[in-house]
Amino acid sequence: MGHKTPLYNEHVRHGAKIVDFAGWDMPLHYGSQIEEHRQVRADAGMFDVSHMTVSDVTGARALEYLRRMFANDAGRLDAGKALYTCMLNEDGGVIDDLIVYRIDDQRYRLITNAATRDKDLDWLGRHAAGFGIALEPHRDYALVAVQGPNARDKVHSVLKDATARAALAGLGVFRSTQLGQMFVSRTGYTGEDGYEILLPATQAPGFWNALYEAGVKPVGLGARDTLRLEAGMALYGSDMDETVSPLECGLAWTVAWNPPERAFIGRGRLEADRARPVRKTIGLVLKEGGVLRAHQPVYVGERVVGEITSGSFSPFLQCSVALARVDGGVTGECAVEVRGRRLPVRVVTPPFVRHGRSCIEEA
Amino acid sequence: MSEIPAELKYTKSHEWVEDEGDGTVKVGITDHAQDLLGDMVFVELPEVGSAVGIGQECAVVESVKAASDVYSPVAGEVVEVNELLVDNPDLVNKDPYGEGWIMRIQLDGGEGGNLIDAEDYGVFITEEDE
Repeated sequence: MGHKTPLYNEHVRHGAKIVDFAGWDMPLHYGSQIEEHRQVRADAGMFDVSHMTVSDVTGARALEYLRRMFANDAGRLDAGKALYTCMLNEDGGVIDDLIVYRIDDQRYRLITNAATRDKDLDWLGRHAAGFGIALEPHRDYALVAVQGPNARDKVHSVLKDATARAALAGLGVFRSTQLGQMFVSRTGYTGEDGYEILLPATQAPGFWNALYEAGVKPVGLGARDTLRLEAGMALYGSDMDETVSPLECGLAWTVAWNPPERAFIGRGRLEADRARPVRKTIGLVLKEGGVLRAHQPVYVGERVVGEITSGSFSPFLQCSVALARVDGGVTGECAVEVRGRRLPVRVVTPPFVRHGRSCIEEA
Repeated sequence: MSEIPAELKYTKSHEWVEDEGDGTVKVGITDHAQDLLGDMVFVELPEVGSAVGIGQECAVVESVKAASDVYSPVAGEVVEVNELLVDNPDLVNKDPYGEGWIMRIQLDGGEGGNLIDAEDYGVFITEEDE
């Protein structure tokens, strides 16, 4: 038996197919993964992501510590602002990807992955001592993502307090706010608008059911994966790991090179990689003939130039899409070996889908 | 609980076989199999006219989650395939024993493979789940 989130009983009640994910009993889908996917693109869906790790970093030198620990620069944050970043090892490999929120100048909140919990907390803790900061993982919480074009309106509709509704209505993208015992941020992992909401475990079932009554459908981890893939968002453990740098997995945009004197862990290696060709991540589209899957080899002519790191069927585009890591020089025509057959694929720049629209229309 | 029609025969690789009474059989995958695989997104059908042996890979069903081979339960020649599945792979989910059939095979006159009846298939999938 795995860990159960505070919403486990709600999942069972809604007919979820429960699977193990990093030691947690999580909903894969509640009937149809594709319908759940479409629900998020067209209306609003909710995900239980309480398995993710939430921790607070506090102390007078908290910012200094985070600027050392992360490749993106927490110094860019004002109160309430969030930042997506990688945490690197000395070799520039990705230990985890995460979101860091600035609560105030001495308190920051981190949301890291479930599968990497122990090594993240170990790494963060090992470096904390020199900065005199406290690293406190939260306990007894739930984390609910509500995503889709109508997600924000539906969340507002279940809030009784007019002040809270007004606060959320004015909340900018990648900003967060505390509403009573709820911490709400306008972030997500689907390519749609919406919120991620941290709340006490005891309040979670009531909140979940209120959203359900408001027409927000539960969505499982299956659709979460196809939604993030369509949105071109990297998945830790698939698209990157400790042997891959952010430059290689499509996350160069999350590396803050300026100011040059900020010595974040892994910087030396990234600076060296910047000056030479390294592998890169591209998007692939297969119109027909099969489904792209992780680890299928990518060819240019007779040469293997890389492999798919994430691939699936795109319910929105009605064809298969993938992220692949290939040699830096690759441009133009590629083929993928799908179950013994070499199929030509189109190379695109991710994302594939954002805000309910295809991003890969042919010119 | 998945549906297992009593009049059909089954394989332990989760195909069903329906005797058409004219020397041909219809083949598809079971309700249990489609449930395990989840939403179908692609079906690769065999060529009409191709010869198939017992246990030979002859079609592929792919769901969002995974690809799975379909093995011929009998020996013979593929005489018809369900072209509807090309554009509507989800028929395998919605109606696995009806509109979601995959192929029709003309038996070559030899004995069928290791086919089991509905009751045994029911026991088999229950044991497999445990």
